[in-house]
Amino acid sequence: MQQPTDRPVIAEFVDVHRHYVMGENVVRALDGVSMQVRKGDYLSIMGRSGSGKSTMLNILGCLDRPTAGRYHVGGRDVSQLDDNALSDVRGREIGFIFQSFNLIPQLTVLENLEVPLFYQGRVGRESREKAEHLAERVGLGGRLEHRPNELSGGQQQRVAIARALMNDPLFLLADEATGNLDTSTEKEILDLFDTLRPDGVTIVVVTHNPNVAARSDHTLWLKDGQVESWIDNRAAGGAQ
Amino acid sequence: MIADMLRVVRLGLKSLMVHKLRSSLTTAGILFGVASVIAMLAVGEGAGEETLKRFRDMGVTNVLIRSVKPEETQQTSSSSMTSILGYGLFYPEADRIQNLLPQSTVVRVREFQRGVMRGENWRSTVIVGTEVAFLPVTNMKVQEGRWLTELDMQKQANVCVLGASLGKILFPLENPVGQTVMVGIEDRFTVVGVLEYQGRAAGPNGTTLDECAFVPMSSSRRRFGDTIRNPSTNRWEAVELHEIKVKLPSPEEVEPGANVLRTMLQPVHGPKGDIEITVPLELLREQERQRQMFNLVLAIIASISLLVGGIGIMNVMLATVTERTREIGIRRALGAKKRHIVQQFLVEAGVLSALGGLVGVGLGMLVPQAITHFFKQNTIVEPYHVLLAFCISAAVGVVFGIYPAWRAANMDPVEALRHE
Ligand SMILES: Nc1ncnc2c1ncn2[C@@H]1O[C@H](COP(=O)(O)OP(=O)(O)OP(=O)(O)O)[C@@H](O)[C@H]1O
Ligand SMILES: [Mg+2]
Repeated sequence: MQQPTDRPVIAEFVDVHRHYVMGENVVRALDGVSMQVRKGDYLSIMGRSGSGKSTMLNILGCLDRPTAGRYHVGGRDVSQLDDNALSDVRGREIGFIFQSFNLIPQLTVLENLEVPLFYQGRVGRESREKAEHLAERVGLGGRLEHRPNELSGGQQQRVAIARALMNDPLFLLADEATGNLDTSTEKEILDLFDTLRPDGVTIVVVTHNPNVAARSDHTLWLKDGQVESWIDNRAAGGAQ
Repeated sequence: MIADMLRVVRLGLKSLMVHKLRSSLTTAGILFGVASVIAMLAVGEGAGEETLKRFRDMGVTNVLIRSVKPEETQQTSSSSMTSILGYGLFYPEADRIQNLLPQSTVVRVREFQRGVMRGENWRSTVIVGTEVAFLPVTNMKVQEGRWLTELDMQKQANVCVLGASLGKILFPLENPVGQTVMVGIEDRFTVVGVLEYQGRAAGPNGTTLDECAFVPMSSSRRRFGDTIRNPSTNRWEAVELHEIKVKLPSPEEVEPGANVLRTMLQPVHGPKGDIEITVPLELLREQERQRQMFNLVLAIIASISLLVGGIGIMNVMLATVTERTREIGIRRALGAKKRHIVQQFLVEAGVLSALGGLVGVGLGMLVPQAITHFFKQNTIVEPYHVLLAFCISAAVGVVFGIYPAWRAANMDPVEALRHE
């Protein structure tokens, strides 16, 4: 199990189930998962294809709700919230980073960065300053007026990371964040994650890639919708 | 709040700009719908205005009975080269009308085509032989000098009153009052007055009242007789009265009055078909009805074109929503609520059709100008029509955008994010 620490729990699964009913069959994509994410954690989730990683990520990201069990975000049970309230939780507490970057093509970098705050009615001078600051931080200070298609994949992913940080989320949720990047760019992005950590940023990554998982503190292995094992990468020296 | 809305509108414009051609083609339906409606309303309004003015100029409480030449049959035309063709209203009929409708004012009118000359200036025009009541019945006013009097009638005086335009032609520099003019080749008439300029439409004789000269009924009869050679057919025609104008005391009495007149005149003139009864009020009402019909048809055309335009917008918005499923997923993941997505696509649809409406309004205001310029047809663009057309076009976009926006908002965020 996870090692106990004194850092506060910011996300917690309590016996979470997610079942898909397919005609006669019931697919148990998640079948009783319990886990905790503490502030400052760097957690990776791994598992074979079909083991339930995406399902878990969707619930972690409040894009989906568990069929049974409870999910707490920042101490609040969000497993029964309606669509509206879940949207609010996403907008305030979670920063998404996607495999295919998912910037909005017709918007400039600055406008993309402002999207999360716009939906909370917080667009203005402050949001602009924040966007400038974060763009600087991810190394794209001069690119605010560029369109996504004028940037390389690595640069786009940096913008996406900055966007995920715009709302000061409880945790970042990265879904194969480096899956579309070459090895050297992958390293740059993972280095960027490392530079965020001293500020207390919490990161959860879902990945197939052992090299990516090895950079995290812990790896949670899923198998058939259940937690198979927890691995402390620091103790094991990167081995699994 | 307003800043946010502006942002949404700007975003909508940006998204529409991604597909410039598609967006412009989509707006074409709305554009031409709005343009054609504004243009047609302007033309209808303008044309109607002219006709209404013509009828109003005839006097809304008047009933006009005119002598018209009956259609010639084979038999009459062959035998007629020598005989005199007699038709139309008779002198005593005016008195009978007065007796039947004692409240009304009855005016007899005789008309002759004659040359009127003053020195070097000559003009062929219509000489109107009439009575004192002609002036109030036609609602005209004296500009200079005086109108014809009962005394002129009794004395069969050789006096005349000139229409404003005729006065200008014959007396470009002097005051005509007190001067003499030659009418025809042998009759001298003293000008006793000039009428105010009216600018009314030409009457059935093809001449406007401003171009006529007016003489006492009695004098015209004595000077010119009852038999006239029609210059176009070269035949002698005998017409006692060319017109009887009947002014009724109020608009309410026009219809019953007209019916009395029709009943009275039918036995004598009906079979011959040699008179024509005009009731300006009826024509006005008929015109009003026609205008209402026209507007109704227009409203239907407008609705159809807006419907078609709206369906076009809905079609494109559905395509947009499908294309941008991924964007919707992203926005939802970043905290957008359903209502934000609805708002985004509604605004986009509204902007799309409002743009069409705007260009349509511009075009719709240019077309009437072109019509006025090239066809000399009066047109009137009502600002309120323009505003209405624009608002409706914007509303159409919003209404037809509802379903696509609803579809967008109700996508499952997970599915939407997976969409390629
Ligand atoms: N919408 C759905 N409807 C029905 N079954 C689903 C749905 N989504 C996932 N599943 C099933 O749930 C199980 C877990 O799927 P999930 O996508 O979470 O796996 P994964 O670990 O992300 O796999 P991969 O590594 O291939 O992405 C699979 O058996 C899958 O078929
Ligand atoms: Mg997956």
